[in-house]
Amino acid sequence: MESISAKKVSEKQPSRFKRALRRITAGKVVSYIVLSFWALTTIYPFYWVIINSFRYRGQIRRDSFSIPWPGSEYFTLDNYELAFGRFNIPNAYKNSLIISITVTVVVIILAGLFAYGLARYNFKGKKFVHSLVIASMMFPVFCTIIPIYKMEVAWGLASSREAYKSLIATILPQIAGNLSFAIIVLLGFIKSLPVEIEESAYLDGCSVFKIFFRIVMPMARPSFATVAIFSFLWSYNDLFTQSFFLRLPNEKTVTLLLNDINSQAGTNYGLMASAVVLVVIPILIVYILLQKNIIKGMTVGAVKG
Amino acid sequence: MNSTIYKKKGPLVFFLIPALLFMAVFLFYPFIMNIANSFQRITQLGSSAQGMNDPWYANYQKLFNDPIMGTALKNTMLLMLATIVFEVGFALILGLLVDNIKVGTQFFRTVYFFPIVISATALGLLFNLIFLYNGGMLNQMLVKFLGLSDYIDWKDSNHFLFTMLAPIMWQYVGFYFVIIVTGLNNISGEIYEAAAIDGAQGLKRTRYITLPLLRNVLSTCLILAITGALKVFDLPWIMFSTGIPLDESWLTGTYMYAQAFVFKDVDYSSTIAVVIVVLGVVISQIANRVFKEVDY
Repeated sequence: MESISAKKVSEKQPSRFKRALRRITAGKVVSYIVLSFWALTTIYPFYWVIINSFRYRGQIRRDSFSIPWPGSEYFTLDNYELAFGRFNIPNAYKNSLIISITVTVVVIILAGLFAYGLARYNFKGKKFVHSLVIASMMFPVFCTIIPIYKMEVAWGLASSREAYKSLIATILPQIAGNLSFAIIVLLGFIKSLPVEIEESAYLDGCSVFKIFFRIVMPMARPSFATVAIFSFLWSYNDLFTQSFFLRLPNEKTVTLLLNDINSQAGTNYGLMASAVVLVVIPILIVYILLQKNIIKGMTVGAVKG
Repeated sequence: MNSTIYKKKGPLVFFLIPALLFMAVFLFYPFIMNIANSFQRITQLGSSAQGMNDPWYANYQKLFNDPIMGTALKNTMLLMLATIVFEVGFALILGLLVDNIKVGTQFFRTVYFFPIVISATALGLLFNLIFLYNGGMLNQMLVKFLGLSDYIDWKDSNHFLFTMLAPIMWQYVGFYFVIIVTGLNNISGEIYEAAAIDGAQGLKRTRYITLPLLRNVLSTCLILAITGALKVFDLPWIMFSTGIPLDESWLTGTYMYAQAFVFKDVDYSSTIAVVIVVLGVVISQIANRVFKEVDY
């Protein structure tokens, strides 16, 4: 009796193994090879720049593939010391964060209010307003920036040689540029929320504004998160608008600093590598923490390129 | 909405006006002003026009006779074509492959998407190091592992197109990949089961079932790719700021920026911006017609 059951088990075991083997077809092997190759192309450049940011500058052009282990003769922190010594990196981060956080907060509030109004109210010209929003997604920043610059010079905001005014001058057009995308994403989501909850809150004596801030905003949180993440990223990464309004050294943002390092570092490739790492690492950490939201958000917001 | 809460229209003003005001002041008004600017004479960024051009369409005349504008347009069209073929093409291949496997899909998604969240400025710097003539990553690899005798100048007139386009393609493959994978996940398993009973498997299944069902997703991708190509600025600006080599690498975006900042011809720069918008509208209209969405 015992021997039979043991035999049964031993028969079962290899067959399961064989089944697993059979499932690995040639097609799957090729799939994994191709997919891993592309993954390598996206990971390797960052790995390469990180290891070389710790290498003595002369070594980079001769041997850039070995790892400069701490303690070995190639390892150095000079590149980082130079980057922090020559460029005011903390100030650049401060400026970038002021701009991006302000843009994100204002975009969320204005776009949220607008999308809510458009989703819930019926009024004359509703269709026209909606198509106006869609149309404004077609305006690239190239075609609005020069008149905006002139307008803000006239207001005393742009080119005023005062850092905080220049930051405001950058923030305003960035808000406008992110609004239409945000409205479209939020509109879709708010429309799909059940009105009944809002109605019962209204019967309980909530005002429309209270309904918006206490009920609609919390319920639509995923789409607000999407909009927030993308407004932040676009504002933080944008070089074009920032380079129009921020020219003085104490106004520089992280992106502009990189632009300067690119043109000033000359042949100091170690400095360039460390600068890239300093900018990429914080974003990399945020990305890994929020990656599910970011990827989901991008497909929801596939309207903007 | 017929709900009683929303019968009173009073609060509506408060909801709509702030955002509309912003868009009117920072989008619609400057957009119209920009068209007006293209007919005027402006020599300093931020200053007022010094009267109309003579003749008023002088800038457009100049545009048609400007060989560099021709180069910029040609390069932008090439970029658009490359975007469609390589960005969407690679993304489709990778998407179909990922659909084939079960373990590790989340990893590939995360990794492929990574370049998109990084600023193009940082990527430009990174690629400057990679494509460096004297001891860049690529040249070192070629000499060390493939035994090439000499370095390649990646930014000379034979190689600049590849050097300019490859990073842009590389950056955005992940974006289209994620859209396509979402589309693939929406195709129901029942259809595949039915197809398997009818004997459609492997490549046949891809050709006759997956691809037709993916049509709408792909046309969205194509339109995004086309309009996206017209907005490319940061990467080429960092890598090829002054149109090196010999004015060959201009794109419409970088050329417009250089006209405003480097050559101080503000009204001509506005004219180029008008052309960018017109191109965007016309080409995306054509694309909309060609890749019309189909309902199944």
